[in-house]
Amino acid sequence: MKYIDEFRDGTLARGLARSISAEADPARTYRLMEFCGGHTHAIFRYGVQDLMPANVRFVHGPGCPVCVLPMARIDQAIAMAVEHGVTLCTYGDLMRVPASERKSLLKAKAEGADIRMIYSTQDALAIARKAPERQVVLFAIGFETTTPPTAVALKTARAEGLENFSVYCNHVLTPAALGTILNAANETSGDKAGVQLDGILGPSHVSTVIGSRSYECVPAEFGKPVVIAGFEPLDVMQSVLMLIRQINNGQAQVENQYTRAVTRDGNRKAQALMAEVFRPHETFEWRGLGFLPGSALRIAEAYAEFDAEQRFPVAPGSSREIKGCECPSVLRGVMEPTDCKLFGTVCTPENPMGACMVSSEGACAAYWSYGRFRQPAAPQPATASVDAA
Amino acid sequence: MARHDTKQSPVPRRFAGRLDLEHGAVDMSHGSGGRAMAQLIDELFRVHLENALLAQGNDQALFEPPPGRLVTSTDGHVISPLFFPGGDIGALAVHGTVNDVAMAGARPLYLTASFILEEGLPLADLERIVASMGAAARAAGVQVIAGDTKVVERGKGDGCFISTTGIGVVPDGIQISGDRAQPGDAILVSGSLGDHGVAILSKRENLGFETEIASDSQSLHDLVAAMIEAVPDIHCLRDPTRGGLATTLNELALQSRVGMQIREPAIPIRAEVSAACELLGLDPLYVANEGKLIAICAGDRAETLLAAMRTHPKGREAAIIGQVVTDPHQFVQMETAFGGSRIVDWLAGEQLPRIC
Repeated sequence: MKYIDEFRDGTLARGLARSISAEADPARTYRLMEFCGGHTHAIFRYGVQDLMPANVRFVHGPGCPVCVLPMARIDQAIAMAVEHGVTLCTYGDLMRVPASERKSLLKAKAEGADIRMIYSTQDALAIARKAPERQVVLFAIGFETTTPPTAVALKTARAEGLENFSVYCNHVLTPAALGTILNAANETSGDKAGVQLDGILGPSHVSTVIGSRSYECVPAEFGKPVVIAGFEPLDVMQSVLMLIRQINNGQAQVENQYTRAVTRDGNRKAQALMAEVFRPHETFEWRGLGFLPGSALRIAEAYAEFDAEQRFPVAPGSSREIKGCECPSVLRGVMEPTDCKLFGTVCTPENPMGACMVSSEGACAAYWSYGRFRQPAAPQPATASVDAA
Repeated sequence: MARHDTKQSPVPRRFAGRLDLEHGAVDMSHGSGGRAMAQLIDELFRVHLENALLAQGNDQALFEPPPGRLVTSTDGHVISPLFFPGGDIGALAVHGTVNDVAMAGARPLYLTASFILEEGLPLADLERIVASMGAAARAAGVQVIAGDTKVVERGKGDGCFISTTGIGVVPDGIQISGDRAQPGDAILVSGSLGDHGVAILSKRENLGFETEIASDSQSLHDLVAAMIEAVPDIHCLRDPTRGGLATTLNELALQSRVGMQIREPAIPIRAEVSAACELLGLDPLYVANEGKLIAICAGDRAETLLAAMRTHPKGREAAIIGQVVTDPHQFVQMETAFGGSRIVDWLAGEQLPRIC
């Protein structure tokens, strides 16, 4: 594949691995957080960790849109489909995420709810146009990457007068989450205790929209270097080398490895679209990180008629995690998936207890699917299961 | 299978007018056992599937078993769309079962077919499907010797479902089984992977991308015959259909209680298939095939087997992709093209496109 294989070249990878080994100071450890699930996926899928010296460690971040969505939001989506009989359109990743009472969108669908898997917001619009007698709700989730397409869908619906289309908005914002994790790094004990980090591999696709400028507060406030890194394995390795150089030199600044797609200002047109259609939520709950102010978007008043939460009100669910599930700690980078008692015993991709085991961007799924041979005693799935706490 | 069966009547029947194969559609009467059904059988099924055993016209086909060990396999075929680049459900229903029979090293002989048709299916589509089935059966040297047709109400089927059962005979001395992989054995594939799954995906209505990938749907019994002639002691054969290469290797590893080590650069995958999978966030190792096989044989026979496969038109792109190893965990591991290593795990649920 042209323009793809170039970024997965084994020879170049070995060259970069040699440079990393040569430049990494054996007297210290480099704890680098890859923010995005896309990075986690690349690291495991291509075996990038194998090419790193032992003192360069990846800490997996919360950048998995499915993983950070609290269970209550999925419960509400199911309630919309069941109580109001709407056609709920969702991205595939979300279908198997556990909801309360051992439900999921997939199970609700099997029980008769009209839930459709879509590949883009345009699919949801097409469904609404085709079935004017149905109320079609787009279950919109994701970071800044998937937000502009939702904005376009809302504007299209307005322009076409599509009265049977609305959006259940769950879009979240990257900088707020990153700030929370770095703040937590200052806490060394208690519930809020964070993970110690030496540098950040910054978001890839998200940054094409919001620009590298959005991270400039990180070196300024927290003294940590950031390198915006592409999602291909060579991107990740080159970014690691750039971080190591900054750390070795005692520098902390935002560097952009992913220059083929990311600029300092980002995509201004997309930003303008988002600003027109959305407003920041005062506070929004993230699985693992709790309620974070200014960390999510809601639909602006001007588009309130397309807000599914206003059109189809449902009782706010309460977020209850599965007992023993360590997704929250995994999402903060405090625990590794293998530290969770459920990992690989009762929680596997076939029978996920937490969202991190569902999405291929989730750290648990990546550990299980690609990396469990690295463990001294690989866990075998048990037949037992646990109930929601 | 009582009076509704699509068996030819020994007595010639007369109908008021011929079936309208151009504009007609399947209706409930075509499954009712009455005249309409008899006419559908006579003017459509029999025309395309004709053979002496089917012509016996009984509720069963009577035949003398050939000498040797027999194998049988059954497979239900449901696919949307019914017609896709490189094939259709009719040919697929033949290839799928012929291949399952052939994976024992067998020569396939007979098929039976059960059709579940949805009210409203155009007769022209049904004829196209049955004609394709007949052509695929003749090409594979098998006869469809018994059949059945049912019709379900509109909305209760996906146009057409076809279940086929196959019977074949295994040559003496051939012992191919999923539990025979041993450490040191070589793992081969007969050609490029993922073509069928991507061809189907490319035609689903909500994926509007154009691709020139055609399904690899084809029967493999002739390739298998050439392979066992070259290397009679093939340990395992399996066609990586649903779940793709990854799932099939895991099945074999579990059944034989071994591990597998494969090399990513050695696995043949077309650039177009890689690109489509890349776009959709899918892994081609998990995408379905309908005309490829995995073979496992002793390491020192691998080159001979590979040469035999490559001289056959259906194995021109065959490759040795790895070896069987001792592993109490029965993992399938892959050395990535990038230089690292990872597990190639069982597929969990369906492969779903990623969000980011």
